[in-house]
Amino acid sequence: MLSILIWLPVAAAALGALIPHRRGAGLLALAGSLAAFGLAISLIAGYSGHSGQLADVTNIVWIRSLGIHYSLGVDGLSLFLVAMTTFSFALALLAANIRTWARPRVFYFLFALAESAVLGAFLAQDLALFVAFFDLMLIPFYLLLGVWGGPGRVAATMKLVIYTFAGSLLMLAGAIALAVLTHQHSGQPLSFEFSALRAAPLPGGTQDWIFLLFAAAFLVKMPAFPLHGWMPDAYREMPVEVLATFSGVLSKVGAYGFLRIVLPTMPAASVHFQTLMLLVGLASVLYGSVMAFTQTNARLIAGYSSVAQLGFITLGIFAFAQAGAQGAVLQMVNHGIVVAPLFLIIGLLAARAGGSADIREMGGIAMRAPVLATVFLIVAFATLAMPGSGNFIGEFLILLGLFQTKMVISIIAFAGVVAASVYALRMFIRAMHNREGSQVHSRELRWPEALAIAPFLAAIGLFAFYPQIQLQRSERAVVAAISQEQALTAPAATAGGADR
Amino acid sequence: MIATLTHPPAPYVNFAALSPFEAVIGGSVLVLLVGLLGSRFARHQLVPALTLLTLAATAGLALWQWNDHVSAISGALAIDDLSLVMTLIFATAGAGATVLSWRGRAPAESAHGDYHALLLGSIAGMVVLVSAQNVVTLFIGIELLSIPLYVLCATEMHRAASLESGLKYLIIGSVGSATLVYGLALIYGATGATDFQAIATSVAHGQHSDTLLLGGVALVLVGLAFKASIAPFHQWTPDVYEGAPTPVTAFMAVATKAAAFGVLLRVFDVMLIGEKVNWRPVLALLAAITIIVGNVGALSQSSLKRMLAYSSVAQAGYILGGVAIATRLGVRATLFYLFVYLTANLAAFAVIVARERETTHGDDIDAVAGLGAERPWLAWSLTIAMLSLAGVPATAGFIGKVFLIDALVGAGYTWLAIVIVVGSIISLGYYLRVVGAVWMREAPLAAPLIAGGSPEADSAGRHFELTAVALAFAAATIVVGIIPQPLLDLAGRAAGAITGAL
Repeated sequence: MLSILIWLPVAAAALGALIPHRRGAGLLALAGSLAAFGLAISLIAGYSGHSGQLADVTNIVWIRSLGIHYSLGVDGLSLFLVAMTTFSFALALLAANIRTWARPRVFYFLFALAESAVLGAFLAQDLALFVAFFDLMLIPFYLLLGVWGGPGRVAATMKLVIYTFAGSLLMLAGAIALAVLTHQHSGQPLSFEFSALRAAPLPGGTQDWIFLLFAAAFLVKMPAFPLHGWMPDAYREMPVEVLATFSGVLSKVGAYGFLRIVLPTMPAASVHFQTLMLLVGLASVLYGSVMAFTQTNARLIAGYSSVAQLGFITLGIFAFAQAGAQGAVLQMVNHGIVVAPLFLIIGLLAARAGGSADIREMGGIAMRAPVLATVFLIVAFATLAMPGSGNFIGEFLILLGLFQTKMVISIIAFAGVVAASVYALRMFIRAMHNREGSQVHSRELRWPEALAIAPFLAAIGLFAFYPQIQLQRSERAVVAAISQEQALTAPAATAGGADR
Repeated sequence: MIATLTHPPAPYVNFAALSPFEAVIGGSVLVLLVGLLGSRFARHQLVPALTLLTLAATAGLALWQWNDHVSAISGALAIDDLSLVMTLIFATAGAGATVLSWRGRAPAESAHGDYHALLLGSIAGMVVLVSAQNVVTLFIGIELLSIPLYVLCATEMHRAASLESGLKYLIIGSVGSATLVYGLALIYGATGATDFQAIATSVAHGQHSDTLLLGGVALVLVGLAFKASIAPFHQWTPDVYEGAPTPVTAFMAVATKAAAFGVLLRVFDVMLIGEKVNWRPVLALLAAITIIVGNVGALSQSSLKRMLAYSSVAQAGYILGGVAIATRLGVRATLFYLFVYLTANLAAFAVIVARERETTHGDDIDAVAGLGAERPWLAWSLTIAMLSLAGVPATAGFIGKVFLIDALVGAGYTWLAIVIVVGSIISLGYYLRVVGAVWMREAPLAAPLIAGGSPEADSAGRHFELTAVALAFAAATIVVGIIPQPLLDLAGRAAGAITGAL
């Protein structure tokens, strides 16, 4: 079942690449991703969340000599991320089908391969398999950016690859070290399965350096300050349809990795580095907000706002409080379904402003496009976490959790919430109102474009008014993920932080 | 005494066990003779066909010997799973080189018979080398492998670079051989034995002179390091790889390296295993230096062949890591990685040969610019080869690296594993530059090939065999990347042949 979910998109696209029809590649890739979305919905329907156990487990020995399993499973942590992934990819593929691309077969094949790799990373229950998918997802994005990107694409690919692959390879070394040293330490047979690694944690000192290797990979991927150096170039040059999924989905893999891998298998190191990680998160919030406020390129405003949002998510995770972690998981999904339409809209705006994503060139686009303006406003409100949006609930929970454990950081982080409303509204006003830009040709949203964006609005609305769909199902898994850290920090707090 | 010397008992020769070797030598002679025929068909088509047939027979006979563990010629050679797996690697590399040189310049300029006979002769030397059980056969093997290669490098005799390459290789190779034989003599002096097992026993029991033995070990290491292009003895590699005819480069890069590591395994992990306290750190250090030197050197190359030469240095460093740790897992990782290296390099070189014939850019990176739009099959093959060398998932290279790092961490050499990772990060800089050129650049404006202007131009675009080779090895890379277990088992079996002492 999960294997079908993972491989369906790429299989459909591969089939599409083989048939001679001109639009066939795109339509089949779209069909594959829609089917995957259907499967993801059926997963949600079938998952109760009461047990907190993995569902739909597949476990086949992949490489016997190394103890690597092709092990898949879904639980409350990954359930909605999987749904959000298939949802975003399906709609991004729909948006991509509106345009025509050079070499469409390769384009859609790579796009679908990216979806399969991301789904694989979310569903993998074996560390080596996770690393494989984590690395694999970079290749299609590298090529998508490099072949179909904007004029500065080649330089952008170089930065993207050097940052992200450096992180990935360090994580590969960390992953192997984690498994082999656990094997030597515990005397159990060599295994990369999460369950085996969770069962026998390593001594604290060893955990520490492995933690740093993993953290480097995940923080680069998010991206978090100060490892975001690849982000501006890549965001500026990537085709918007690709960027919508890249920013919406890929960045979550990093945050997910912390919850899935780092906290359960390296509890002592996680507690040890809690302050460092909180500071990284806080720095991301503040830096991202300030940068978003000063940029004029709409893509970069959205990009830096992502840095800030991912900073919030990091804060939520490393608060080691149930509310914070649940808020983080909720916010991962919410951010995905908000930032993806944001980028699609930026693409539409740029098309109306003579191809420039600079908000100084825009202005007055709302004039003849009231529907587009409304849609943009809704998304902008969701970005700034307006009460009544899902993001508000997510950020509220994160800050609540953080307030319980680390009050000072929580109070400083509130500044990020304020800043978000400033930069989001600034972008909206400069683009839609103000004096009309010289190149601007305001025109209304067309039907296919609306079709690609409307479902996002529906999802934003759904999670704004009914977040319990997610919270109920993720509760058990989230509690399990942070339970060891809570146990480690609680006595330390009462004993005045004596131990670590 | 004199009576026994004048009438030595005839050594027992196990002809069945030697059959792969016999096949390749016999084929070599046959090809040489057929090459003398006047008919153009015989020279241009029959000779390569017979070469391929010989290699197929060699591989078939090696498979027939499977599971046997016998010694041939009174213990001078041993046919075990390691030598058989290695024979398969050599036969594959040889077949690849034969197909790549079909319709090429090198055999036409030298002589088809000579060229292919030399190729087979070199393979015969490799087979002897990896089956050698005493230092004398080891040296015979290494010379039999090297001397034909010196000549093969110079077979494009109307091109100065090719001649230069042959001469350079001859000089450096001879220095390497001389160092090696000196070292072997010192080891003999220290232990009084030429047989690997006898030396191992002597070393293990401490019945030897330390100074002589350590001196011998050091010189043997240097000699073999020349052959395997391990830094700092790698300087010849880029020049020779660049100058030699590309099919020969492909063969050297793959088969010679495999042979050198086969013998490194036998020498260090069998013969000198008792001394491992002393050589393990040295080999690990050399591996680290080689990884850094190779990867940094490759960064600034614009010639694909030079780039692959430095990349082969870097890869030699990774593989040496597996030898250095002297564990069962390390030997398996080494052997598996050799296969990874084989498929990726042959695919890459096949693309380079194709582009050398199709464009005027030679082996410059411009030759592959815009390949994605122009020749998608070649483009995918080259992309997969580069990604595999870089160690990206879903390719064999990823599994190879995982296996290698796993072995290193398991043996307590985590620092070397980190060096491998750092090296891999650097290597992305040049591997992805090629991928970038293939997909993200337009084909440069070049002087159009003039039909009849050169023999290559006439057949441009009709090199189906090169595309086939590239695709076959790229496909193998992906298949092994997804289903590695059978090959890991094979590597495990081969490793089992020599890891009794580990």
